[in-house]
Amino acid sequence: MSIHSPAADWFKAPTGHERLWIGLAVGWCIVLSLMMPYWHFKGKQNSSGETYRTTPEEFQARVEKFSEANAPGTRDNFAEGLNVEVPAPPGDIYLIAKQYFWYPILKLRAGETYRVHMSSVDFQHGFSLQPMNMNFQVIPGYDHVLTLTPQAPGIYPIVCNEFCGVGHHTMVGKIIVE
Amino acid sequence: MNPATPSTSPLPLWKRICDTTGLPVCRDAELFIKLNAVCAVVFLLVGGIGALLLALTRWQTVHLLPVEWFYRIVTLHGLNMLIFWILFFEVAILYFAGTTLLNARLYSRKVAWVAFGMMLVGALLVDVVILVGQADVMMTSYLPLLAHPLFYLGIILVAVGTLTGVFNYFATIWQAKRQRTYEGSVPLVVFGATAAAIIAVVTLLHGAIVMIPTFLHSLGLIAQPDPIWYRLIWWGLGHQSQQVNVCAMVSCWYLIGNITTGAKALNETVCRGAFVLYILFINLASAHHLLVDPGVSATWKIWNTSYAMYLAVLASMIHGFTVPASIEVAMRNKGYTKGLFGWLTNAPWQNPAFSGSFLSMCIFGFIGGITGVTLGTQQINIIAHNTLRITGHFHATVVGGTTLAFMALTYYVVPLLFRKDFIFRPLARIQPYLFAGGILLLSLGMSFAGSLGVARRSWDIEATGSVHGPSAHLFLAVLGLGGILAFASLLLFVLLTVGTLLFGKSNVGRAMVDWGTPKTLSDAGGHGHGGEVVSGGARAVSPSGEAAHDTRGTLVLALVFLASFAVYYFANWKALADVWPVR
Ligand code: HEM
Ligand SMILES: [Cu+2]
Ligand SMILES: [Cu+2]
Repeated sequence: MSIHSPAADWFKAPTGHERLWIGLAVGWCIVLSLMMPYWHFKGKQNSSGETYRTTPEEFQARVEKFSEANAPGTRDNFAEGLNVEVPAPPGDIYLIAKQYFWYPILKLRAGETYRVHMSSVDFQHGFSLQPMNMNFQVIPGYDHVLTLTPQAPGIYPIVCNEFCGVGHHTMVGKIIVE
Repeated sequence: MNPATPSTSPLPLWKRICDTTGLPVCRDAELFIKLNAVCAVVFLLVGGIGALLLALTRWQTVHLLPVEWFYRIVTLHGLNMLIFWILFFEVAILYFAGTTLLNARLYSRKVAWVAFGMMLVGALLVDVVILVGQADVMMTSYLPLLAHPLFYLGIILVAVGTLTGVFNYFATIWQAKRQRTYEGSVPLVVFGATAAAIIAVVTLLHGAIVMIPTFLHSLGLIAQPDPIWYRLIWWGLGHQSQQVNVCAMVSCWYLIGNITTGAKALNETVCRGAFVLYILFINLASAHHLLVDPGVSATWKIWNTSYAMYLAVLASMIHGFTVPASIEVAMRNKGYTKGLFGWLTNAPWQNPAFSGSFLSMCIFGFIGGITGVTLGTQQINIIAHNTLRITGHFHATVVGGTTLAFMALTYYVVPLLFRKDFIFRPLARIQPYLFAGGILLLSLGMSFAGSLGVARRSWDIEATGSVHGPSAHLFLAVLGLGGILAFASLLLFVLLTVGTLLFGKSNVGRAMVDWGTPKTLSDAGGHGHGGEVVSGGARAVSPSGEAAHDTRGTLVLALVFLASFAVYYFANWKALADVWPVR
């Protein structure tokens, strides 16, 4: 009985349906375990966690240089996060998260592959690209690199989905794909 | 239930014999079970009021709370529910399992007071700091967000207080073993409780490792700890504590199955082995909160997700079979042998402990478990992380599962330990169904809204224009309605419990009024519940003893479960394959 001590000979192998179920459950857990390495090699969507150490100052300087190179003269609009960049693909592009905006607005081409460097210069933020609903964590001090291939033209909002302060819900940026 | 067994030797002063079950009750433990249970219910109410406010704010059409209060209440709700309600109740369960089930005495009253005092002071401190607006950081308090130092101090007090209570539990079972208060191995429920206690120690140590430096940092004494390090260790606390909850919940399932239908584990080795799997393989499951994080490699994510999680998943799949199977066998042995599910339809559904526990099992397994494994798959997490899908998942595990199981247990704790029979019994009988229904709607609303990309912890999804489209609003309304229903039944639970403590009729000196436990049918073809004729005779244990282990019904349920699991799991891989390629 569950609330009384069991008989002394309680150590027994499972039998009948119980054994069958344990077998099925083990089999299913093996499937679950194998799916991840399988997708890692064969699937197209993975979170490899490619990361470099950085500092808010250093990252911000790199983003400003990047803005200046691709859209000269717009760097002063930084705080509004309103700039549009048209980087030459393929290549390294930058996205900064800061209370409460994503900077810059990236203009990308469908079918090209980009290395998107993301970092925060203040708190943690959540990169949530809609409507595909692709989500990645953005953490200050770390340059998180996504190797991303936009598929179809359109305007894609980036919602912040990590709480970052009282204006968190207003932190929406965008990626434009042509 | 067993009739009280008359005791032969004179009873020592420290214990009494339960008038209903004949089990020994340690008076010291009884006091602390009561204290902890009452506090648990009070924190449940505080968290529940927060829950209603949150549900009515996320329901975008109602949008009740102003912005600062929304984020403040998210913090308050998370901590009062997940930490305070659950931990106080778990300490009560430990004190019960360590004494009554082992016929033992609580190791120390003093230690129990210290533990209780620290937990209570800590919890009150945290709530006050949150309510005065000094800790709008969510319960995860991810660095570099920073709260008032007293917030961290409060959490540390709760953690250390709980550790102290867990120590008292270990000392109690160690003392019981030395004094040979029981024979042979400990009962299964004690084994499960011990597994919970062991994991709790590991968990709370992680809490100390992460919270103490953060506390010192908030005082300005040391530099800021690294945010990724913080996430890793914090989830060592945050995730593993969920395994404590699972262990405690599964122990409740076994306990309630036993007291309501007389179920016995079919195979003790299997059940105990499954608890051991929880202890051994949960350690790095904190990984599945970091699946889309920078700084941790894909190999690390895949390894920790599969090795640590899937053997723990296996354990849950085993308990999910053995608990209903043991109930099936017990019911069949009582004569309810008709068809595949006669045992189930004749189960004591009017008994709130039984219905609560069985519904908890269904919600935990079919919704919480399936979504948890799927969302915790390394790559699938990309389309789920930090959306309402996550909240939808854990309201099915820790609310529809653990909280409902604890509510179910309360329907026995109050009559047996506080020795008061419940008031308004018909209301109590429907309470678990209302709660389960509310949580079901809440969880589905969250999950579907999350699939459309709606973020968790967000005050307004349209602050800068429509992002998710009109169907998101529909699902947020479902969330809101489910929230109202769940809150109403939570309030009903609190009122019934507190009302009974104040106004319930004492049952001292007699057995508690039975909630309904299935009668054994006579061999001659007796009448089942509701007058249904159950084919008698046939139930007689066949010469080979086969009938004693007939678990066909459970097997069918388990296969349905596996099929649903596979469909949901592969549908999510399909959904993932449709998004942009990313590495
Ligand atoms: C009446 C029942 C309940 C309702 C209506 C409810 C509703 C909610 C809502 C609307 C949220 C906010 C979602 C968001 O915007 O991110 C939430 C968050 C949460 N709830 Fe509940 N809840 C209930 C019970 C519980 C219980 C019993 C527990 C734990 C045992 C719990 C644990 C949590 C946690 C941990 C969070 C996350 C807080 C955070 O994001 O920091 N809830 N709940
Ligand atoms: Cu943000
Ligand atoms: Cu944010």
